Amino acid sequence: MTISDIKLPNAEQLLITLAQQLRPLLQPNTALVGIQSGGVWLMQRLLVILANDIASNSIEHGTLDVSFYRDDYAKRGLKSENRPSQIPFDVEKKHIILIDDVFYTGRTTRAAMNELFDYGRPASITLVALVNRGGRELPIAPQIVGTDMQLKADQNLQLVQQADGTLSLELQPTTANTTHV
Amino acid sequence: MNNPQLDIDGNLRHLLSIEGLPKRILNQILDTAESFVGVAEREVKKVPLLRGKTVCNLFFENSTRTRTTFEIAAKRLSADVISLNVNTSSQSKGETILDTVDNLIAMHADMFVVRHSQSGAAHFIAKHVPDHIHVVNAGDGRHSHPTQGLLDVFTIRKFKPDLHNLRVAIIGDVLHSRVARSEIHALTTLGVPEVRVIAPKTLLPAHVEKLGVHVFHDMKAGLKDVDVVMMLRLQNERMNGALLPSAQEYFKTYGLTQEKLDLAKPDAIVLHPGPMNRGVEIDSSVADGNQSVILPQVTYGIAVRMAVMAILSGGQSHFCHSSGVQV
Repeated sequence: MTISDIKLPNAEQLLITLAQQLRPLLQPNTALVGIQSGGVWLMQRLLVILANDIASNSIEHGTLDVSFYRDDYAKRGLKSENRPSQIPFDVEKKHIILIDDVFYTGRTTRAAMNELFDYGRPASITLVALVNRGGRELPIAPQIVGTDMQLKADQNLQLVQQADGTLSLELQPTTANTTHV
Repeated sequence: MNNPQLDIDGNLRHLLSIEGLPKRILNQILDTAESFVGVAEREVKKVPLLRGKTVCNLFFENSTRTRTTFEIAAKRLSADVISLNVNTSSQSKGETILDTVDNLIAMHADMFVVRHSQSGAAHFIAKHVPDHIHVVNAGDGRHSHPTQGLLDVFTIRKFKPDLHNLRVAIIGDVLHSRVARSEIHALTTLGVPEVRVIAPKTLLPAHVEKLGVHVFHDMKAGLKDVDVVMMLRLQNERMNGALLPSAQEYFKTYGLTQEKLDLAKPDAIVLHPGPMNRGVEIDSSVADGNQSVILPQVTYGIAVRMAVMAILSGGQSHFCHSSGVQV
């Protein structure tokens, strides 16, 4: 099967599915955290779709760039572009909803959890992913997913943000330089 | 191109001087430092990047601020840090620099932060060490002090984000100042359109205008309409020679007072690399005034040094680790 043969789900539809599953979790003392960069795009869309629930429970949000916590730093170094993590609320005793675009090995989630704990001790962390592509290497899995699919190791599934802010999924051939954890 | 600071892929391998570094690398350091600023504001002020690495601060010349900020920076990256005040150690018993370095390599040091009164000392060590070891110049003679130059432009960028629209004046003892040289290279590489130096003729190197700066001897003319005022430290020992009449005389002509600062733009900021000689190159009311960003410089210095060490230490795919320790 070549890359062009795979039918990819519609990211905008998955986003609606995610929003519906997330709604009951939006209680007071909950906070949303998007992982750069796809997770942040997703969170920004969810903030709009779920605006009423978020406002009525005064839910805060922040972003994480996990570059400083990745386990492949010694091999790959720092990317030239990294953005400051911004957690403008007290993590202590919060129920954190951690948002990522594609869940693969679980290593990004591990890095994100390590970073979150450096801000404080959350009451709980719930992992949300638009797509669970299979292939996890750690005992970590998303609790809320838009869809599951099985992809091979050389297939690199990425969330892409269009100029108008809408999201779509794209398959790109894995190159030697592509990092995906 | 044979630039000892870069590896074959153009990545930073040692930080020895700003001169010779492309804009791309300077921006990478400054942008990464931006991410480290936030780390200091968290519950846990550490990231695990240099966990298990050993950083050796080799200070052959006295320094408190630079050594302390390098030490804090390395510790916030989770490295183990050893600070050697070499004046008081084996050097005074006659050991050569390279013997000191080799001994520390035998103890599995991963990075050297070097300050020395001789220009070229860090470069000399960088040429000697095996591939997997990195060297950061923390000031060598009159030559270079790259992390100071970087933290100065980082501070400027924080307060005046559009570097392409700035007029910057560097004032004081440019002749003996490695800080001035690093600042000038950093500012011009990053596209600051007008860099001025203001100093008496005796404290300017010959042909300084070849570095791309405008030379002023009259402080009032030089300060007119500048956005950034960068003061340099006047080293007391220079007073004894024939270069300057007296500290009082110098303050009268080249000391920064509020009256002179008022000639710059109303929102101009004042920088000083420290340690300050209050009443010699800068008046206390200016140093403590609301245009002064001297203490933010110190805070940002930690983030910039963290960025430098983090960029140096990561990603070594092209160098096989020659574990052969030369002792």
